[in-house]
Parts: sequence; structure tokens; C-alpha cells
Amino acid sequence: MVSSVTNLGRSGVYDWMVQRVSAYVLALYTIFLFGFMVMTDVTYDSWSALFSQTWFRIFSLMALLSLGAHAWVGLWTITTDYVKAAGPRFLIQALCGAIMFVYVVWGVQILWGN
Amino acid sequence: MLVSVYRYNPETDNAPYMQDIDLEIPAGKDLMVLDVLALLKEKDPSLAYRRSCREGVCGSDGLNMNGKNGLGCVTSLSEVVKKDKLVIRPLPGLPVIRDLVVDMTIFYRQYEKVSPFLLNDTAPPAIERLQSPEDREKLDGLYECILCACCSTSCPSFWWNPEKFIGPAGLLQAYRFLADSRDTAKEERLAKLDDPFSVFRCRGIMNCVSVCPKGLNPTRAIGHIRNLLLQRAT
Repeated sequence: MVSSVTNLGRSGVYDWMVQRVSAYVLALYTIFLFGFMVMTDVTYDSWSALFSQTWFRIFSLMALLSLGAHAWVGLWTITTDYVKAAGPRFLIQALCGAIMFVYVVWGVQILWGN
Repeated sequence: MLVSVYRYNPETDNAPYMQDIDLEIPAGKDLMVLDVLALLKEKDPSLAYRRSCREGVCGSDGLNMNGKNGLGCVTSLSEVVKKDKLVIRPLPGLPVIRDLVVDMTIFYRQYEKVSPFLLNDTAPPAIERLQSPEDREKLDGLYECILCACCSTSCPSFWWNPEKFIGPAGLLQAYRFLADSRDTAKEERLAKLDDPFSVFRCRGIMNCVSVCPKGLNPTRAIGHIRNLLLQRAT
């Protein structure tokens, strides 16, 4: 057993599952948004009407959290492959984590704020 | 035919270099790469490489030939030579001891990690542990591995994390014992593999499958291990 403290879920199978499930959520969200843009005339009114509905805010928040988790698992994998020195690797991972955290909190504010 | 062979003797060379040798290939025969190495060694006896059975059974002469890993003894010139040129390098990703001889320590260490032997805590029967023909069939495509390291040294995940990712050869053997009806340590074996590196560093690019000289499929075995880990955890 190789020990690791920086990956998302401590366990390989957990990270693997998170990556797959989040990918499905992101794919559904992307298809929905694409469909919305094709089917309706995108104006400020139709866009804000869409985002004022609770179910869509929940769907968006789900996609946002999926994006954060998906990006963390992916970038963690890339940094452990290509950045060999532990110090710089940890710094890059911390930076990625901080950016994702900001995006998630900022996204929540956009979705649920006034 | 032009043969370009990787040369490095740490006692005399500062850095590895490629030695180009023009070689007369006897007409009317399709030589194996190992035969070419023997011809080269006649010309230059200082060339070092491993070989033993010369028929694809022992797994000693794993080489990188024109960019693809394989066993020199069962790879014919007709299938590997392009534009009358053959480039022979040692297996990628392992430290070179000399010329085409690599240090396989890290490869064997990963193999050792999967406990490649039967674990059974029940009392042994008088003669032997029996297995049904159906259970025995589950080991086909797994037990044939000769540990030549062609697969693991063609895997980028093994190049980047050779001390953490077990690699296709080790994982094929891990599944060989997970699939064995006589083994009773399934849970312990799986527990050792459930980290983000040992199994899950496999990205399924199947280089291992395309180079295996015995025609085995480590990617499929890794998929089976992943399914066992998922079943265990959900």
C-alpha cells in the first residue's frame, strides 16, 4: 500500500469513482446548457429566468462541485506524474486547491446571492 | 543493413552514445534480432546484452527495437526493420548497467509487492489442493507471464512512478492470485492495492498489451482488479 495524504479521498477507488461520477454530472450539465442555447433565444431575460429556478441552481451547484472535485483529482494526478520534487509539487497542488476553492465559493455567491 | 545500437560502459564512457554498424545480413534467411546481436558481438566483443533460452521462454532479452519493446529472440527482422535500419536500445525507464543490460531491481520490487505466491491458511490436504477445470481456466492468460518487463517498461505511468505504480507485469500477477480458487487471502491482497497509485495509476493506454511477446492482456487484468476493488468498497 502506497501512502498518500494529498489526494482527494485517501483511497484509489474513491478518487476513481469521484472522477467518473463528476464526469457524468459535467457531461449532463454541458449537454443541457448546449441544448438550452440551441432551443431558446438567449437573452438576459431568458438567462436570468433559467437561473432564478431552484432546480437549476441546484443543478449548477452540483456541476460546480463536480468541477472542483474532478479538477482536483485530475490535477493531483498530473502533478504527481510530472512534478518530481515534493516541495514545488505541494505548492502547485496547494495553489490549484486554493483556486478551486475560490471558484466554488464565488460560484455559490453568484448562484444564490442577490 | 544499418544497425544503430545503444552503447554505455560506465567505467569508460562519460555518457551513452549510439554506435552505427553496417551489417551484412545473410540472404535468404529471416534472422531474429538476437541473431543480429550475435553478429554484432562477433564484430565488437565488448557489446553486452542478456540472453539465455533464445526461444521466447526465459524473458532475458527484452529490448527496445525500432521504438517498440519485445524479445530479441522472437522478433524477426522482417517485422521490425524499416528502411533497412534497426535501432536497438535497452528497455526504457530502467537504469542501464551496461549497453543493453538494465537494472531490473525496481521491476522485481513491484512484483514482490503483490505476494506472487499462493496464500492459503487452511490445513493442506494429503496430496494436493484440487481445482475444478473451470476454476483452472480462470488462470489462462495470466500464468503465462515470463517477467521479461517489456510491458512495464513501455508504460508511461511506470516511467513516472516506478516506485509507486506496480505496473502491468506485477498487476497481471496480482490478478493471477486474486483469481485463484485455492487462494484465501483475497481481502488482504485487495486491501494492499486500494491506494491512488498501485492500481489506479493505470490510464488504460494499453501499451502493455501491444508489446507483450506472449500475447497477454494486462489491461484486462487491471480492469478485473478495479472491479474487485469497487465491489469491495460499494
